Amino acid sequence: MALEQTHVQRAAHLARLALDDADADRYLDDLSNILAMVDQLQGIDTTGVAPLAHPLDATQRLRADEVTEADQRETFQRCAPAVENGLYLVPRVVE
Amino acid sequence: MHDKTLRELAASLEAGEFSSRELTQALLGRIDRLDGELNSFISVTADQALAAADAADAARGRGEAGPLTGLPLALKDIFCTRGVKTSCGSKMLDNFEAPYDATLVEKLQAAGTVSLGKTNMDEFAMGSSNENSFYGPVKNPWDLGAVPGGSSGGSAAAVAAGLVPAALGTDTGGSIRQPAAFCGITGLKPTYGRVSRYGMIAYASSLDQAGPMARTAADCALLLGAIAGHDVRDSTSVARGVPDYTATLDDSLSGLKIGLPKEYFGEGLDPAVAEAVQAAIKVYESLGATVREVSLPHTHLAIPAYYVIAPAEASSNLSRFDGVRFGHRCEDPSDLIDLYKRSRAEGFGEEVKRRILIGTHTLSEGFFDAYYTKAQQVRRLIRQDFLDAFEEVDVLMGPASPTPAFDLGANKDPVSMYLQDIYTIAINLAGIPGISVPAGFVGKRPVGLQILGSHFAEAQLLNVAHQFQQASDWHLRRPDFAKETA
Amino acid sequence: MMEWETVIGLEVHVQLATKSKIFSGASTAFGAEPNTQACAVDLGLPGVLPVLNEQAVAMAVQFGLAIHAEIPEVSVFDRKNYFYPDLPKGYQTSQMYHPIVGAGEVEIALDDGGTKRIRVHHAHLEEDAGKSLHEDFHGMTGIDLNRAGTPLLEIVSEPDMRSAKEAAAYLKAIHSIVTYLGISDGNMAEGSMRCDVNVSVRPKGQAEFGTRAEIKNVNSFRFVERAIAYEVERQIELIEDGGRVVQETRLYDPERDETRGMRTKEEANDYRYFPCPDLLPVVLDQAYVDHLRDNLPELPDEKRTRFQEALGLSAYDAGVLSASRAMADYFEAVKDACGDAKQAANWVMGELSGALNREGLAIEDSPVSAAQLGRLIARVLDDTINGKAAKQVFQALWNGEGGGQADAADAVIEAKGLKQVTDTGAIEAMIDQVIADSPAQVAQYRDAEPDKRGKMIGYFVGQVMKASRGTANPQQVNALLKEKLDALC
Repeated sequence: MALEQTHVQRAAHLARLALDDADADRYLDDLSNILAMVDQLQGIDTTGVAPLAHPLDATQRLRADEVTEADQRETFQRCAPAVENGLYLVPRVVE
Repeated sequence: MHDKTLRELAASLEAGEFSSRELTQALLGRIDRLDGELNSFISVTADQALAAADAADAARGRGEAGPLTGLPLALKDIFCTRGVKTSCGSKMLDNFEAPYDATLVEKLQAAGTVSLGKTNMDEFAMGSSNENSFYGPVKNPWDLGAVPGGSSGGSAAAVAAGLVPAALGTDTGGSIRQPAAFCGITGLKPTYGRVSRYGMIAYASSLDQAGPMARTAADCALLLGAIAGHDVRDSTSVARGVPDYTATLDDSLSGLKIGLPKEYFGEGLDPAVAEAVQAAIKVYESLGATVREVSLPHTHLAIPAYYVIAPAEASSNLSRFDGVRFGHRCEDPSDLIDLYKRSRAEGFGEEVKRRILIGTHTLSEGFFDAYYTKAQQVRRLIRQDFLDAFEEVDVLMGPASPTPAFDLGANKDPVSMYLQDIYTIAINLAGIPGISVPAGFVGKRPVGLQILGSHFAEAQLLNVAHQFQQASDWHLRRPDFAKETA
Repeated sequence: MMEWETVIGLEVHVQLATKSKIFSGASTAFGAEPNTQACAVDLGLPGVLPVLNEQAVAMAVQFGLAIHAEIPEVSVFDRKNYFYPDLPKGYQTSQMYHPIVGAGEVEIALDDGGTKRIRVHHAHLEEDAGKSLHEDFHGMTGIDLNRAGTPLLEIVSEPDMRSAKEAAAYLKAIHSIVTYLGISDGNMAEGSMRCDVNVSVRPKGQAEFGTRAEIKNVNSFRFVERAIAYEVERQIELIEDGGRVVQETRLYDPERDETRGMRTKEEANDYRYFPCPDLLPVVLDQAYVDHLRDNLPELPDEKRTRFQEALGLSAYDAGVLSASRAMADYFEAVKDACGDAKQAANWVMGELSGALNREGLAIEDSPVSAAQLGRLIARVLDDTINGKAAKQVFQALWNGEGGGQADAADAVIEAKGLKQVTDTGAIEAMIDQVIADSPAQVAQYRDAEPDKRGKMIGYFVGQVMKASRGTANPQQVNALLKEKLDALC
């Protein structure tokens, strides 16, 4: 599956990474090489093999419905780039 | 005292030969003198270390010392530490002080250990050479022209250089075992789920696992006992009792069945590395073990499968670094998209961006089944190879890496770098434990023997590794760099 | 003129009434100061991990059982990846491929008195996002993540509804089920229940569906009807004018009563769903599901049937009284206190509902408790007071008189002297006095044809009741008056 510049641009946009043209060319080369290596998978017959998402066949444990977390807004917002009145600030979002 | 193992240091502290404060001061002095060259630490936390050492000495004075009380160590900078910078080797988190401790950090503190600081690493644990750190590469203490391996390269180099007797690392595709091999120390990747991942910054959640790095298997056993166990904050941590890993170290290896995967001794393996590994296996035979060849037929697919699964998970895990609630934010964003795109482009390094792009692409519409689903199917085949092998043998042995440490700057091309992890990556896909122990040298550079066990066979791995260290002295060698003349 | 058929499917998001978030121990309480209920997990800080809330799972399964849905043994959480400031991790944890609730169905009541089954495709668990506040922070938007991580059950219907009324009835049925189960407060004004509507039209008789528009966030029963009505008209006009409906997301503006297309982003979304590696498959064993099934409360349908069959109520009354759990619970408490289901139904649907409507109160906020109303009705049934007095007592109770206890009606009756007079001697004395005071009316009565006298007796009854300040037993007054007046003829 040959990779094209549009794929790189699309992935960069979906992943919210700014790329300039030089970056994009370099990533196209790198990513093409990586995918060429990955493409070894395509030759393998995996008919009837269930995908494995976790290495152990464990199941989800559930926690009791209890409020265990106290307000730590001040602590958490100490590492925030921009806050006001307890809100995180971002450039205006237009719907 | 910088040459001693944790066990020896514990005995000295108990005997009153020196205090934890004296030990801590001595090591801080070495870091101060030697780490400018080595670059193994991102943050040295001298004040907190001395306070912890004093608390440990006081506890000992009250007769409340445990087996780890007052012992110094270092933490890979991937573990969140309250009030201390946790950078994950990235510009993105250069300004980040976690408001909480990782579970592993809490456990080590509760055991009375003294953290000297946070060690250097490949950014977000993505790398095999430690050249991908925002804080610059780490050098290998055995040969300053060589890489220490990665991604836990800072932890490995610091232990090898005698700056600290032990350190904690994480291993997603070999990031404990390969740097341990390159730096001539012992490093254990436990079974997936054995150690809590809470507070450990995620690279690839279904592969990441924390573990100990030290001079000996016995020290690893001591540390693993302190950090293993179920954590209610990590759904993937396993509710299963933690044995005393030190209790079985001296068990006899008579009758041990060792399997040598033929795929681990094929093309691409440096003959000198192969020779060192074969010599180590001879030692095991002399200890009463039997050896036979086995096959892990899907080995060649491990790297392709890994470079779908790990980047896919990473692309999603790293979305939270968006410049909104913490971390790097670009100057004067013109709008929201600009804020995201520039903050992330500026905050992440090349390799991280590469993996985010790969992961985003392989998960995207039209590619998901061909890449992601396929890779997960192959992952099951790879795990089955190991399950089948452990029906026949107790442990598997082979090299940790096809070559000894390579030169700084030698691997410019990403794919050739990825291929270095051929012997370590399948282990993470299968979730089984693995340990690397020093097994010789090629020139100045160490060789690691990798020993693999079935799920939750850590006690057996540590026993097997410890018995080798009772019969060999590779783990006792120290680099010239560690021998201070000043 | 072409005849058109409307096709509607609903996606209803229900906030589950857990105490803590779906994946963290932070509180879900509504209305806290911004970001004071957003813990490290909700904020997506580095290194933190989700752990699933057992109550959210139980509530989802209860809903599934209530709509007779299949409950798969295994369900899996997936990540839906996209960037938005109210989505802290850059992905929403949801269930794309293996939802916790499989196919089920909901019965709705139609206007003609019949019912219709609406199929539910599936329902899945997911986490809610935070809120963006657009008031001016120097041209910036403020982000409050208190709501982030609140458990949501998204209930996805098949496109089985054919009118705005059916869609509203379906939404009401879902509301009634979740509030009966107690798994949500169903408060649409606070966003506890939100609804996306898929609408398309097609020529009647055509098998294929038309192109649909999705109307986002329609958050009241009334708006659902109005938004659909507007959208259907828009689509039909568009097609009849030679245009084409485009598949898009639209917003309903209640103030202008119209839907309009959202500013479309240039690229289509690609959410890159994949199984969340931080969460393991949720496995429900049969014993657990059976236990939840055995402990389900009585549901609206079952309650309506019981009200009709066991209590003898009309279909209409049973429907009204079982529409919400609060209404049903109130009615049943009144019935238990007075012992007469029909009288209880009359009072709850008549006097009480009238007063609640006038004041715009919900039944939960009624100033007259069910116990008080039940006691009041009991006093009518045991002839302590008559119907007229009962209305006075009700008004007094509504105004808070009587001391607020369950027996407040008795206190009001006592204080106001409303106890019914049944003593024949006392009533006869009052009648004699009225007859003596009304010679002209007595004369008219005597002169009237006997078959007209029945009507004329009303005047005398009124006078006697007035003299008794409403307390005389009306039946006795009637009988005695007739006797005495007829004796004069």
